[in-house]
Amino acid sequence: MSGLPKARIATASLAGCFGCHMAILDVDERLIELMKLVNVDRSPLTDKKRFTQRCDIGIIEGGCCNEENVHVLHDFRRNCDVLIALGQCAIMGGLPAMRNAIMHSDAPLRECLDEAYITGRYIRNTTHNVPNDPALPLLLDEVYPCSQIVEIDYQIPGCAPEGDVIFDTLVKLLAGRFHGFERDKIRFD
Amino acid sequence: MENGQSSVSRDAASTGEVSAVPAADITAICAAFDNDSHRMLDILRTVQDRFRCIAPSTMDAIAAQTGLTRIEVEGVASFYSFLSLTPRGRVTIRLCDDIVDRFTGLADVTAAFEDVLGIGIGETSADGAFSLEYTPCIGMCDQAPAAMINDVLLVGLTPQSARSAAEALMAGKTPEHLISDRFDELSPQERANRMVENNIRHAGEVLLGPVPADAGLAKAVEMAPAQIITAIEDSGLRGCGGAGFTTGRKWRFAAAETAEKHYVICNADEGEPGTFKDRVLLTERPHLLIEGMTIAARAVGAREGILYLRGEYVYLRPLLEEVLEQRRRRGLLGESILGIEGFDFDIRLQLGAGAYICGEEGALISSCEGLPGEPKTRPPFPVNRGYLGFPTVVNNVETFCHAARILDRGAGWFHAMGTEGSHGTKLFSICGDCLNPGIYELPYGHSVWDILEMASGQEAAAVQIGGPSGTMIARDSFDRKLTFDDLATGGAIIIFNGDRNILEIVEYYMSFFVHESCGYCTPCRVGNVFLQKAIAKFRKGLANPDDIDYLKDLSATIIETSRCGLGMTSPNPILSTLQNFPLVYSAVSKPSKDGIRDTFDIQSAIDSARKIAKRRSYLYDRDFTK
Repeated sequence: MSGLPKARIATASLAGCFGCHMAILDVDERLIELMKLVNVDRSPLTDKKRFTQRCDIGIIEGGCCNEENVHVLHDFRRNCDVLIALGQCAIMGGLPAMRNAIMHSDAPLRECLDEAYITGRYIRNTTHNVPNDPALPLLLDEVYPCSQIVEIDYQIPGCAPEGDVIFDTLVKLLAGRFHGFERDKIRFD
Repeated sequence: MENGQSSVSRDAASTGEVSAVPAADITAICAAFDNDSHRMLDILRTVQDRFRCIAPSTMDAIAAQTGLTRIEVEGVASFYSFLSLTPRGRVTIRLCDDIVDRFTGLADVTAAFEDVLGIGIGETSADGAFSLEYTPCIGMCDQAPAAMINDVLLVGLTPQSARSAAEALMAGKTPEHLISDRFDELSPQERANRMVENNIRHAGEVLLGPVPADAGLAKAVEMAPAQIITAIEDSGLRGCGGAGFTTGRKWRFAAAETAEKHYVICNADEGEPGTFKDRVLLTERPHLLIEGMTIAARAVGAREGILYLRGEYVYLRPLLEEVLEQRRRRGLLGESILGIEGFDFDIRLQLGAGAYICGEEGALISSCEGLPGEPKTRPPFPVNRGYLGFPTVVNNVETFCHAARILDRGAGWFHAMGTEGSHGTKLFSICGDCLNPGIYELPYGHSVWDILEMASGQEAAAVQIGGPSGTMIARDSFDRKLTFDDLATGGAIIIFNGDRNILEIVEYYMSFFVHESCGYCTPCRVGNVFLQKAIAKFRKGLANPDDIDYLKDLSATIIETSRCGLGMTSPNPILSTLQNFPLVYSAVSKPSKDGIRDTFDIQSAIDSARKIAKRRSYLYDRDFTK
């Protein structure tokens, strides 16, 4: 393997809790092994905000809840050969997608923001305003799983996926030997 | 039963607002049905007809009378589409929204009604006089577009006739008087015939030809129950509702059960879009049907029967009640039928309330029991434990009619018709793009071409056999035969010419199943919505080739994991068109560019946030200030 050039990977956290990135760190000391195989390009782990060159693998945590998420996801799709949805939010929308349940309303987004910032029973918001700083990206009408925005090549399920699963999957993918998960690795009860 | 309600509903019509329903009225209605919770559907229908809705306070009162909880009553009231929790107009106009009606000018008819009445679809006028709504196929596809106006049927509507009907209603004419100024003087048979054409295009030997009155029953009383069952078995008769189970076997299973009571139920809930054969039998051969049910009762030892009539055929109720009454008077129903000691059998008419799912055997029984029309888990099968837990034979209208004729003419006579495995004749209800839509009674084994020739629909590009839950075939398959082994059908044949958009038809059928799923099984309740959305993607040209696999996978899941026939057949419009019209799908799907999905539209996704924030998107909108 030493003769091959290192693969480049990039990661991003969209509408997630950063837990999946924490799970990447759960790879623990095998990170050293992993770093022998890959260079990390754009990623919160390297704090690089832009792609420096095309990547082999892009790893996405979280679904899309705002326009910036969509923008980043499009950027990843255009710059990565293989795109992986990591964790439940990226795959299905996850916890943030609970707001999609506000469906019998004429203005679901307005209702969601009002409850979150103004009318909710446990809210202490002395301004009584919904935050609206120009730096805040606009929210989408609902939370979308990544596969509805771009084509996703692989999904690693879990909330968050175990470090072992992440490590195994990446190593196998890089070696071209990934053929799906062991059943016990994707059992969560 | 609940006779005389139409006159009462006119009393209630004088008030615009819904006033609180007097408790005494509810008590009286419940008492008329012996406060029996199994008659809940009848109770609720009566309340609906009289007070235009089932108000929350009413539900409490009904629950108290029948010994149920409020939520059980509400469960039934909210299940059926002809029952409503909010007031409907005194005149409720239901336009039949079948695909055949759409192709024959429903949009213009709707526009005429909306224009004259001043309300849109789904609305009730402010004075409570009119409601306008769409309803799935009401069994009038041979004379589409059609409408139900309260209990009255209008067929073959044109924008002009719709307009004049609406204007007459606005001027205060009752729906009944749209049919005839002398409506009250007409006999039930005349009323039915005035409202609806039967369009019998080809009468066969068994059902629609000359039928001697009660000849089968006369033979049956000479025979032992076991002999009757053997005769039906020997004839090769199979159920005519669609599933095609051997009728004799069904009767034998039910007869073999030792139980306190047995029941015979006639399934006259033909809801499969494009099917209207039972309507014609109920109008033309009601005596033959009751005769068949009586024979079945003798065969299995039933003393009670139920004729479950779909809510859309309410216009036939007076006719059928008259027939039942006549037969009681003539000693053909009731105690000691034809003077035979111990041969007692009577039938009650149970009216449905606009739920397709009730055509499913288990759901139909649930509905008869006064429950929401949800299918039952099988086994136990109805022949073992059906209505109220007693062994029950449920057969289609046509099956009972055949049975009566078989007893008269003999099993051999019937067995000789048709093909091996599919014996006798079948009623086909043919509609769509042909010159002669209507009813054709033919022996099994004709090819689709034969049918098209008879109905003058040779330009057909696609033929839907057996309604949405059946198969859609293309011209290259028109030499296939109508038998149980090749193209099985409950009778519906819908013809589409080359101008029709196959995907529009498929999308319509999926929306039908979405509407009619009872919601019990998640794969059917949710999966059909996903299928419908996926088809919408194809129609918009946003699908990619992967979506074809998605359709197949999801369909397989729904079929595998639904417990009744609705979910097991609801993906058929998609699967059969994928198989028989693959080019339709491949023509409108293309791989997406750069892996970016075309189906996601960022502009519409951020639009509501843009309005709330009152600013542009810094990523996706141009800055017009520069």
